[in-house]
Amino acid sequence: MKLKKNITSVLEIKDLRKNFGNNHVLNGFNLQLFEGENLVVMGKSGSGKSVMIKCLVGLMQADSGSIQIKGQDITILGQIELDLLRTEIGFLFQGSALYDSMTVRENLEFPLRRHKDKLNMTRRTEALVIEALENVGLAHAIDLMPSELSGGMQRRVALARALILKPKIILYDEPTTGLDPITSKEIIELMRSIQKKYGTSSLIITHDVDCARVISNRIILLVDGINYAEGTYQELSQSNDPQVKAFFKH
Amino acid sequence: MTQSLRIVERTKAFFTEIGDLSYFSGRFFKEVFTRPFEFQELLRQCYNMGNRSLLLVGVTGFILGLVFTLQSRPTLMEFGAESWMPSMVGISIVREIGPVITALICAGRIGSGIGAELGSMRVTEQIDAMEVSGTNPFKYLVVTRITATTLMLPILIIFGDAIALFGSAIIENLKGAVSYQLYFNQVFDAIKYSDIIPATVKSFFFGYAIGLVGCYKGYYCKKGTAGVGEASNSAVVYTSMLLFVIDFVAVFLADIFFEI
Repeated sequence: MKLKKNITSVLEIKDLRKNFGNNHVLNGFNLQLFEGENLVVMGKSGSGKSVMIKCLVGLMQADSGSIQIKGQDITILGQIELDLLRTEIGFLFQGSALYDSMTVRENLEFPLRRHKDKLNMTRRTEALVIEALENVGLAHAIDLMPSELSGGMQRRVALARALILKPKIILYDEPTTGLDPITSKEIIELMRSIQKKYGTSSLIITHDVDCARVISNRIILLVDGINYAEGTYQELSQSNDPQVKAFFKH
Repeated sequence: MTQSLRIVERTKAFFTEIGDLSYFSGRFFKEVFTRPFEFQELLRQCYNMGNRSLLLVGVTGFILGLVFTLQSRPTLMEFGAESWMPSMVGISIVREIGPVITALICAGRIGSGIGAELGSMRVTEQIDAMEVSGTNPFKYLVVTRITATTLMLPILIIFGDAIALFGSAIIENLKGAVSYQLYFNQVFDAIKYSDIIPATVKSFFFGYAIGLVGCYKGYYCKKGTAGVGEASNSAVVYTSMLLFVIDFVAVFLADIFFEI
């Protein structure tokens, strides 16, 4: 999938650095996510993908560099402004991270309760919850507890929760990890259909090559904390570079 | 590593922990008075902690009253002072035994529960998810729980004291043929404001300590299931120690102000 290039950037990372003691995880990482784009960041375990995505939403503080989301530098935002900006970002966690003391309905109501008025959402909470669950095909599970759901269903509910505030950007942290191949394909299809329906921009962190092949407009390969290679799936899969080959040639 | 170096390291770690706990406590006071207030979650936590601990506190208090009276009777009878039994039991339970035993039970029941719950939320990224959704997890999870323990513990202690006195009254009634009315008249004659006020004030501090340590251990839980177990376990151990320190300080201050 090739993306038209005459569009604006919704998210930009410049020269991002993060160290844990002597462990240099990010060494000047750069990234630009364009409107409507599906950008995949790939890399080995421990290459800094999760650290990068956590810096993006302010769960971790970067040592240096800038992170601009919709024109606002999140590294200098106050808590209130940051919380408001976060409503424009959906985040799908690797392990779904559903609140296990709440039902599916309460999980989806949780972000709404706080931000519905600020975002001028006029529809009733119930209607918004049902719409989000219908988008992921789980309207029937509305009153179940997360522990009563399978891994794939939990991921879908987590996706519904990420979508409930109608964010413009969705961040996926290893969306298919821990799922069987069939459920993984279903999740990938769901991600594609959501992107089409809402025109969201997606940043997907994964090491699942199939996921990257199906969903990406562009791929960045993160090695030793820097952008090692960048291009479409087609371009990278034909690369002769040994590091790139190691990822794409099985 | 030599023994002395190990001691230095452990001492350093201990003071670092005290510093972190103090910072955590300071953050609680900073956030408890700022909007938004999570009243619904606070009520839920009060219900969970208060209502669900009633049976445990009641049963323990009842047995405490029975055993305390049964074991004290023979000694008092030796001195012909069995008529002092209601006063002695009443003062002991209200001033010291009731608050301390109830607080220790709650440290085990509530403190470990908070440590384990927040710890597992940390490990499974639920706290991160809350933050990303634009909710302040400290305010929603920590402030509500600490406030709930601080408010609920005095109530549980009063309830535990009442049940313990009732247990004691049953033994006195059966063994010494003392009527319930006479027993409670003597208890209330013996108890003064200088017994009730320090005991009530320290019970708020007990509640605060249980919530604070449980939340601190859970909120900063190390990764993995072992981390959750450790958070839960150390919440109980640290809280128990802290309760005795608070108790000592409270008794010391009560002695100065009320001359007990």
